[in-house]
Amino acid sequence: MQRSSASVRVRLCLLALAIAAYAHRGLAQESPYIVTYDHYLEEPGSLEVEYFSTFGTQRGGNDFHAFWGEFEYGVTAWWTTEVYLDAQTTFNESTILTGFRFENRFRLLQLEHFVNPVLYVEYEQISGADKILKEVEGHDVEADYAVPNAIARKEHDHELEWKLLLSKTFNGWNVAENTIATKNLTGGNPWEFGYAIGASRPLALKASAKRCSFCRQNFIAGVEMYGGLGDRHDFGLHDTSHYLAPVAAWNLPSDWTLRLSAGFGLNDNSHRFLLRWGVSREFDLAEGIARMMGRKP
Amino acid sequence: MNGKKIIFASLLISMAVAAELVFPPAFAQKRGSASNGSPSNQEDVYAPLGKAPKKAAARRNPMENDSDAVSAGGNLFAEHCAECHGEMAEGGRKAPSLLADPVQQATPGTLFWILTNGVVRRGMPVWSKLPEPERWQLVTYIKSLQPGEKTPKSAPQ
Repeated sequence: MQRSSASVRVRLCLLALAIAAYAHRGLAQESPYIVTYDHYLEEPGSLEVEYFSTFGTQRGGNDFHAFWGEFEYGVTAWWTTEVYLDAQTTFNESTILTGFRFENRFRLLQLEHFVNPVLYVEYEQISGADKILKEVEGHDVEADYAVPNAIARKEHDHELEWKLLLSKTFNGWNVAENTIATKNLTGGNPWEFGYAIGASRPLALKASAKRCSFCRQNFIAGVEMYGGLGDRHDFGLHDTSHYLAPVAAWNLPSDWTLRLSAGFGLNDNSHRFLLRWGVSREFDLAEGIARMMGRKP
Repeated sequence: MNGKKIIFASLLISMAVAAELVFPPAFAQKRGSASNGSPSNQEDVYAPLGKAPKKAAARRNPMENDSDAVSAGGNLFAEHCAECHGEMAEGGRKAPSLLADPVQQATPGTLFWILTNGVVRRGMPVWSKLPEPERWQLVTYIKSLQPGEKTPKSAPQ
């Protein structure tokens, strides 16, 4: 790993720890999805700091461990903004930073409806070595990830990604569907498409009278499925990869959330296995900063 | 990834933080009008309560006779609501008091409707991600609050 990259990571961790030390406890009730988005945005003024990992098996190349940090901030009740920093280790090769993403989500309707739409807009500046698989689109296939880091990192992509997030919660179940459209702004690449769908439910719908870590209502389980739908010239399932992944989240009373997902490739173009896990915590950012500056929030 | 990109990402976060610190009135509930504001301020802050449809406002609270609902609702309140409404629901920097008459006199169905739909334009998020029974437990807790008292009828554990 480059020394400057390590230094940046250390500084980001120190900043997050400093805010955490001063911030009021957050409010965690996170979904278990890792790829799919539901329609719930970050609470205004809350900063959610997240770390995720993806371990992937690779035929025709080395297995990899991709990881990323997310800083998700609720600007208003209808607007959430987020920055990602991506990196990966390909075993027997190297560890490298692979780029950043800047994302915004906008709630389109004020009240809850039968289906709740959210518009997602993301700008990505990533290298060809990015392996976090946060979404699958176009003709992304396993062989694309077998290219050695030394070569793949020389490819630089600037992508604009749009998603329409549709989601509904009823009887404790959340059902979410994301339609993805991506345009690589470098070169004459066509629009690429993808999807993600998910369903999840807490293990209990009533809160218990005592605060507890292992109460059933703290656990949310579900499943998500995601994959590519080709591009503008070749729309469909031909030469695309797809995954099915049971997912689970554990929302702790201490405001930490742990997530786990085991993804299985559904065709020969997919990685056979993707193991993902993540940890996150929410902070009241404004209060944390005010306290750091010695002001009463 | 070079240093310039990291700086760019940091700048974006800083802009969002600055927006929250510099323009909070645009993003938060009107301040200070919670427990001791003027009547006109109170009307304004609590006006969304009047927007609940009649059918929703008339819904009965299925948890009102549940002996654990106040304690469970209190725990949920501490986890999800106290940050904005204050630990004793007295109102805070971002959100109004829930001890005020308009809230305490609202029907359980009205409070449930507000919890479900939020008041998105004024900064209150939708809470339909909490299962319906948990939202009713929250309503039970809020209705148990006594203005002027330090603790509700049954404090959360």
